[in-house]
Amino acid sequence: MNHRAILAIYTHEMARTIRTWIQSVLAPVISTSLYFIVFGAAIGTRIEEIEGIDYGAFIVPGLVMMTLLMLSVTNAAIGIYFPKFTGTIREYLSAPVSPLEMVLGFVGAAATKSIVIGIIILITARFFVPYEVQHPVWMFAFLVLTAVTFSMFGFILGIWADGFEQLNLVPMLLITPLAFLGGSFYSISTLPPFWQTVSLFNPVVYLISGFRWAFYGISDVNVGVSLGAVALFLLACLGIITWIFTTGWRIKP
Amino acid sequence: MASVISVQSLSKTYRGGFKALDEVNLEVEEGEILALLGPNGAGKTTLISIVCGTVSPTSGSVTVAGHDIISGYRHTRSTIGLVAQELALDIFETVWNTVKFSRGLFGKAPDDAVLERVLKDLSLWDRRESKIMALSGGMKRRVEIAKALVHEPRVLFLDEPTAGVDVELRKDMWDLVRRLRDGGVTIILTTHYIEEAEEMADRIGVIDRGKLILIEEKTELLRKLGKKQLFLQLNAPLDTLPASVGREGLALSEDGRTLVFDYDTKAEHTGITRLLADVREAGIAFSDLETRQSSLEDIFVGLVGDNR
Ligand SMILES: Nc1ncnc2c1ncn2[C@@H]1O[C@H](COP(=O)(O)OP(=O)(O)OP(=O)(O)O)[C@@H](O)[C@H]1O
Ligand SMILES: [Mg+2]
Repeated sequence: MNHRAILAIYTHEMARTIRTWIQSVLAPVISTSLYFIVFGAAIGTRIEEIEGIDYGAFIVPGLVMMTLLMLSVTNAAIGIYFPKFTGTIREYLSAPVSPLEMVLGFVGAAATKSIVIGIIILITARFFVPYEVQHPVWMFAFLVLTAVTFSMFGFILGIWADGFEQLNLVPMLLITPLAFLGGSFYSISTLPPFWQTVSLFNPVVYLISGFRWAFYGISDVNVGVSLGAVALFLLACLGIITWIFTTGWRIKP
Repeated sequence: MASVISVQSLSKTYRGGFKALDEVNLEVEEGEILALLGPNGAGKTTLISIVCGTVSPTSGSVTVAGHDIISGYRHTRSTIGLVAQELALDIFETVWNTVKFSRGLFGKAPDDAVLERVLKDLSLWDRRESKIMALSGGMKRRVEIAKALVHEPRVLFLDEPTAGVDVELRKDMWDLVRRLRDGGVTIILTTHYIEEAEEMADRIGVIDRGKLILIEEKTELLRKLGKKQLFLQLNAPLDTLPASVGREGLALSEDGRTLVFDYDTKAEHTGITRLLADVREAGIAFSDLETRQSSLEDIFVGLVGDNR
């Protein structure tokens, strides 16, 4: 294992984040906080409780999850797309670095960044809406697992993308709708039966449900199923990445 | 001498069907400077890129220091430093962080002394805190070289390192290359400045249209393919060549003022003594005498021309 390479990639990526912390950290924290102010503190008081939980508190896990997904995907995608775009990827390809080490460096940095931002958002949310966390360890586990998995998805997206448009398009057209329809703002059980069944094909439902369970002990789907679904997605991404590096798809002529 | 790089039947067809390398075989000897020459699009960069791992081969095999570049990539890639033809740097980083990153990426323990030595060698020490974007083109090229050297490679590829580089830096660069070679580093370089290859290289390879059409010791190459010419400046112009002087390889210039004699440097008897004796016999007086040897450039132009 070339652990020095992992560290070099990781620190290089983190340095980029710190250099641009206003866009990369402050912006998502502020925009998500707006949701808490509007839906939690302002409108939330006029909306009924869901399954015995205050609406403002109910949406906290979903919103954090939504931000986490978007950030993980875009951070990791840009992280690998940028060297591809500038040509500096050549150095990574000519270095004694295995695919797994590349992933650990790039995905590790993107995931770290999302996790840190996720925690900042959770702390900020506490100022606007009172919520509690029943299973903090599980909450953190879901946070990490989701950040890692979707950073991996973003990594694949970044390798696939030919231009900045595609880099923005996929999160906008895929992740945002999935997150919105994944029960960020409502409980799946309030949907008509047909749409409940449709929702089960949305992977984000499992994430939000599991995450919300860690907060309030209520869930749309069984927690074990949630965990299994995330783990499955993670393995699929890992498989695709290994294939990319063995074939050189989109990275080597 | 042992070869440090061994290329066997290497071919590369790019997606889209263009065949950039065609059955290339090449042995690079440990500690030599090998210059690869060839016109634009010949396949030089493709060959280098495959050995370094940035382009996938279509068929054939390459070993570096005894390891296959695919199954033993960790070994081969830690052995190699690459200065690529195209500049590619993270312009937001500082010089220092850039070279530090490269050393880490190649798995070497942090060693500020090595970074310092390399930056000083390349006159970049004073600019170590500068962002790459604030550097001139020539300085950026030096950063590329520094990046390739900080992991202390045994084999160094320089793909047109002197393109767009001023005379002084070019001199510094070649001094550095010589020092590296003296330190045991094997160097493979490409250049379009043939006089550079002539001055620097131990061996010369010529690639054209994906084929390695020639590889030879430089001195041997110059001797084998080099023609020599003798020029005699006459005191008085001649209308025709006297029969007693005329012979194979001798010609009179158009203005009748110069005798030009092509001779073979390899031959035991070049025929110069006979020619001069016959010229004197015929009563032709000359004011000056000069010989010229064909340069690598002449040879190169001749070779690539023949291949067309
Ligand atoms: N990624 C690629 N996809 C398709 N064709 C390519 C690619 N890279 C290079 N080629 C083609 O392969 C041929 C060899 O290119 P290469 O860069 O190896 O030449 P070169 O000898 O380095 O030329 P130069 O002296 O101009 O640098 C060229 O015809 C080039 O157009
Ligand atoms: Mg080239």
